Amino acid sequence: MRPSLALLRKDLLLERRAPESVPAMLLFSLTTFVLFHFGIGRDEVTGSLAAGVLLVTLLFAAILGINRLFVSEHEEGGFDAVLMAPIDRTAFFFAKAGALFVFLVLVEIVAMAGFSILLLGVSPWPTLPGLILVLVLLNIALSTVGTLVSALAIQTRARDLIVPLVGLPMLVPALIAAARACAPLFAAGGPGSIPGKWLLVLGLYDLVFGLLAYAVFEFLLED
Amino acid sequence: MHGKGLRALSLVTFAALAATFALVFFYAPLDADQGFIQKIFYLHVPVAIVTLVAYVVAAGFAIAHLRTGNRQWDLRSYTTIHIALIFNIVGLVTGSIWAKASWGHWWVWDEPTLVSFLIVFLLFATYQPLRFSIEDPERQARYASVFSIMGGAFVPLNFIAVREATGYVHPRVLASTDGGLPGSMAFVFVIAIISVALLFATIVAYEISSKNTSWQIRALRRRALGDDAVTPLGRTAAPTMGTSLRGAS
Amino acid sequence: MATAPAIELRGVGRRYGERLALVDVSVSVPAGATLVVFGPNGAGKSTLLRMLATLLRPHAGSARILGEPLPKRDWEVRGRIGLLAHEGMLYRDLSARENLRFHARLHKLPERRVEELLERSELLPRANDPVRTLSRGLLQRVAVCRSVLHDPELLLLDEPRANLDPAARALIEPLIGRVSGRTRVVTSHDPAGGLAEADIALGLRGGRTELLAPAAEVDTIAIEALYR
Repeated sequence: MRPSLALLRKDLLLERRAPESVPAMLLFSLTTFVLFHFGIGRDEVTGSLAAGVLLVTLLFAAILGINRLFVSEHEEGGFDAVLMAPIDRTAFFFAKAGALFVFLVLVEIVAMAGFSILLLGVSPWPTLPGLILVLVLLNIALSTVGTLVSALAIQTRARDLIVPLVGLPMLVPALIAAARACAPLFAAGGPGSIPGKWLLVLGLYDLVFGLLAYAVFEFLLED
Repeated sequence: MHGKGLRALSLVTFAALAATFALVFFYAPLDADQGFIQKIFYLHVPVAIVTLVAYVVAAGFAIAHLRTGNRQWDLRSYTTIHIALIFNIVGLVTGSIWAKASWGHWWVWDEPTLVSFLIVFLLFATYQPLRFSIEDPERQARYASVFSIMGGAFVPLNFIAVREATGYVHPRVLASTDGGLPGSMAFVFVIAIISVALLFATIVAYEISSKNTSWQIRALRRRALGDDAVTPLGRTAAPTMGTSLRGAS
Repeated sequence: MATAPAIELRGVGRRYGERLALVDVSVSVPAGATLVVFGPNGAGKSTLLRMLATLLRPHAGSARILGEPLPKRDWEVRGRIGLLAHEGMLYRDLSARENLRFHARLHKLPERRVEELLERSELLPRANDPVRTLSRGLLQRVAVCRSVLHDPELLLLDEPRANLDPAARALIEPLIGRVSGRTRVVTSHDPAGGLAEADIALGLRGGRTELLAPAAEVDTIAIEALYR
């Protein structure tokens, strides 16, 4: 666990020293809300439309972060130095997934505030407990699958194309489950309860793809 | 020697396809509601099932590749996905035609098989670009296997999610009083699945033996004419066999 | 030097698609000795170094590093090898101190080891500046510190003195020179300088061994012939 923490700490420090991913993801989210306002021609959204706008925006913002996740390792060969250290290689996976998770949480806090002010047609406060639950589950999916896709893409010639191309379809089931789970929260007449079925599907996705990404990650590092 | 048993496999496949054809048109009863167009069911559904199974099988090959490091497994995985993608397109087109005939639209979102079939297609369509963007053949094979394993798990999970998301399910096969598949239809359906699976296996077997043969020819040419006389391989998405380091000098 | 050799390669090869990056390399380096690898660009020097660093697995032959067979037991030797490559292997937006502290944590080393190295290589005045602001010479000194931070038994150096002025060379000599007492593999384009610090000279061309002899028996003309 300790090497994971050292790696995670380094990633967070890097982001603090030279903020790149988080501000980009944030600005992207807010801009996308504005675009949605004009694109769908609504001042306020509720129900499944609100869930869709919010989650699709977050998914696309996550793709930006996934794209950059391994860039700092790749640039100056830091990758190799970490691989030569006497640590378990899966520590790398946990650290990167952890960093992405933290980035997503930071982005979501501000994006959710922006979304509530700009577009959401219902009060955000009563939805919060349910929303946090869904977003945590969604973030696990985004960060585990995202870490794998990012590592997959970093060694290719077309990194910025491969990430959305592979990542978006791979995350479709997670988006389906998260959007369906969120829709009742944003219902016009006050928040309904989250269908347990969708939390189950989202949890299942986290479990299966989290374990799988963890299991195959090592093969991306070996040469 | 490559391609052993291909002739027998081809003959069996041909016979099975001919039998299916005959059964579908002359034996299977005409559907009460949909009429003749319902016969596309015997193409669409078997193609869809074979495609989805093939993706999962390809993941099995990929696991074998990562475990053993034997590049033949990568070739099998690659070829299976390659052919499955073509079957996937056939499945999408036939499904779309059937949707138009049955429900009047070229696309229906409340038909989970069709929808999940599209999503699976979108994912696996990135397999070739991914391979193409990796130059080192060893790494290409390894990364492709990682993708393929994720894809194999994706197929059932995606189906669950899409199926739950579509409110209700259309009656898949219609027109019998108890809602199930009448016996004669079920019989023809099973035969159709077997034939399509055989067709798939035959194409894959041909493709694998063709790839192996061209590798062998290339290796022989390099040995006979010298390494520099053979034009170097360009970038390719298809697996390529590296030179043996043992007999190289 | 009665102990087992620090490096023992037998018929090692590595291919890149159809191209052979390294063919049938066999060399044995006793503990504490220095192997200098000569050869033109693309001769396979970097491939060899990366293979010794456990970053590339051999496609043919057998390799033993520090007594452990590769790649089967590579995790046994990780943390006992230091690599100084062309790239600094540093995070550009972190300072020298932060970079070294990060690696110290990975190797479970106390922080005073970081301070000690910063002081010995006279980096303290610039230790808190992001390494992207450092000159190439300073950068190389930080990279040297990183490569010897964990006091590795085997040190792999890819043209270690390329960007350094004489004063800086003298500064890092105790860390990566012969006096460090480590087994070393050094790549070099400088026949005279390279031979001077070598116990064994290896000449590569096109991935194949052109020359392998005790350094005392090799003259600079034989090395220069490699580049023709």
